[in-house]
Amino acid sequence: MTTAPPAGRSGVAAVELGPLGLDGGAHVLVKLGLAGLGAGDRLAVRGHHPELAAHLAIWCRQQGHRWHPARAGTGDEPGSGSGPEGGVPGDPIVGLVERGAAASARWQGAERAGHPDPARAHAVVAAPPAHWGLAARGAAVEPGGPEPAFRLARRDEVWTDRAAGLYAQAAAGQWDPATAIDWSLPIGHSPEVEAAVVQVMTFLVENEEAALVVPARFLGQVHPHFREMQQALAVTVADEARHIEVFTRRASMAGRPLALSTVGGRASLQTLLDEPDFSTASFLLSVMGEGTFVSLLSFLERHAPDPLTRRIAHLTRNDEARHVALSLAHLEQHVTADPALRGRLTRAAEARHRALQATAGLNEDVFDALVLLAAGEASPTAIASGWRHVQALQAEMADGRRARLARLGFGTDEAEAIAALHTRNFM
Amino acid sequence: MHRPFTLGAVAYDPKVVTIWEGFADWFAGHGFAFDYVLYSSYEAQAEAHLAGHVDVTWDSPLAWVRTRRLAAAAGREARAVAMRDTDQDLTSVVLVRADSDLTDVAQLAGRTVACGAVDSPQATLLPLAHLAGLGLDPGSGFQVKRFDVMVTKHGDHVGGERDAVKALLAGEADAACVIDGNRLAFAREGTIPPDGVRVLTQTAPYDHCTMTVLDDVDMSVTDRFVELLLSMSFDDPAVRPLLELEGLREWRAGRTEGYRQLEAAVDRLRFYGPDGSILVEGYPR
Repeated sequence: MTTAPPAGRSGVAAVELGPLGLDGGAHVLVKLGLAGLGAGDRLAVRGHHPELAAHLAIWCRQQGHRWHPARAGTGDEPGSGSGPEGGVPGDPIVGLVERGAAASARWQGAERAGHPDPARAHAVVAAPPAHWGLAARGAAVEPGGPEPAFRLARRDEVWTDRAAGLYAQAAAGQWDPATAIDWSLPIGHSPEVEAAVVQVMTFLVENEEAALVVPARFLGQVHPHFREMQQALAVTVADEARHIEVFTRRASMAGRPLALSTVGGRASLQTLLDEPDFSTASFLLSVMGEGTFVSLLSFLERHAPDPLTRRIAHLTRNDEARHVALSLAHLEQHVTADPALRGRLTRAAEARHRALQATAGLNEDVFDALVLLAAGEASPTAIASGWRHVQALQAEMADGRRARLARLGFGTDEAEAIAALHTRNFM
Repeated sequence: MHRPFTLGAVAYDPKVVTIWEGFADWFAGHGFAFDYVLYSSYEAQAEAHLAGHVDVTWDSPLAWVRTRRLAAAAGREARAVAMRDTDQDLTSVVLVRADSDLTDVAQLAGRTVACGAVDSPQATLLPLAHLAGLGLDPGSGFQVKRFDVMVTKHGDHVGGERDAVKALLAGEADAACVIDGNRLAFAREGTIPPDGVRVLTQTAPYDHCTMTVLDDVDMSVTDRFVELLLSMSFDDPAVRPLLELEGLREWRAGRTEGYRQLEAAVDRLRFYGPDGSILVEGYPR
């Protein structure tokens, strides 16, 4: 059963269906045979399914083609038994399908929705129309149809040329909590230090919840034309889901209940959830918050008292660094296109600071837990060491914020001022 | 107040609202005042048409027969003004299982034939009359196993035919009556396995739905309506989804010779009287 486009001794294109009927998929071969023909052109159909002619009559009526059954003894090479190319045993022609105009109507006026490769010129357009909707970038989009309201539908607002690369890195960097971490590693420190670890893990979980919910809320608003950004955000959400799992599991390892979640901590995170603008939310969450978190996780990787916690911190820090890189890349591009964005970001940082002035800032228990955790034991010498490590962490966090703000084009004084406004809750 | 040109249609499926809302918008965009009324049954629609409640009805072939007869009994005349390309030259087929011992219609004597709803032209009236014409009277010559899905919708709902085919494949019937297009549609959806059935006999070609008007309608407005229908192009993305929903590629001018077979079937099976009265027993009203 093969299609034989330029065939037939009569010069008419032909398709050979053998025993196949249209109740078994033969229309696919007929369509392939018609594909190269124009409206009004005819395709000879050969086959020996007992109901083939009846099937073709129905199918042509439904598809807008015209069916010309071969009258007995008048077909092309009637009963000759030779195939369209000659020499190949074949069936007689059961009739001719005359291609109707409707078959190609869907392609008329269809427009190319950019190109799948974002590196190609004009692949990612500035403002994809709403009716492109869920169509693949690069598809030929039939005009008309629904116009889903994707709020993030402007390239300047949502896109970064680094999205594809960061998504590829993220996809390659996925790890399985069940196998990437050796959960049998021993925990040899004292119950006081373990309580500190549990407090820090409890704090990390609620922060990672915010880091999951915020991109998840924007993910559904990104026009699918910006596919790589969608994908990068989707993996971010998946990353946070894993982080929540491993922090919770680590907190529960010694059989202790989880620790305190404070009003101040949750109020600080609530301001992230309340931010309706994608770029501003990215700025507050990733540039200010998650960037700080990378420092915190590096701190845990270096100073946690047990190898299990250090391993968890290592894996999660790599993911968080990628999230920060994605947001920075997107904001750099956005700020370049719209320099006024910087002013809006400054005001957002100020507003968040004002909103949190009445709260207690970082949970004191978390701060103390970090000191004890870094100390590794409850002795004056160890605590003095832990205290110095936490002081260094705070300095590193502030330096990191200033450096990221500088990348977004904020001047030194400006960056200093905004960095100082950051929530005392770290995130 | 002068009413817009008003079409009656039967609500056999929720998509009917989408279709006529869409067409109404399209007509409005072409400067043609159009509205529609939905009926729950073709019988109510035909009677409303005679009573002047609507200007045109989108009729099943059986509704055409009844409207024509009701009109004739009242000394009036019905006209078929437009139909879909897919309404022309249909057939119904009587299917048997591929491995069935039945090779000739006469062998159906004493066997069970599954068909659609009592008022389905394509899956009941036409094929049963066809068998009667071949000497096998429904009921006395063979047993009829009917699948009455959405009676009063004239078989527009495909469920009755699907149930008939399922009964055939399950061995609960020896044959099943369906419209030819559904023979392929049921294969595509997997209800019928490839080469699972074969055609025992097939009716002569007939026509299906029609746009019907009566002789008191303003013909200049009707002509404009038909002209607009015939101008709808499958190339037009605004109207293409509606044409797809309604199952056509193009509208064509109406014709009535394709209903002769059904007129005869209605008489033979005593479905309607010559005056359009309903003769079939127990038919819901």
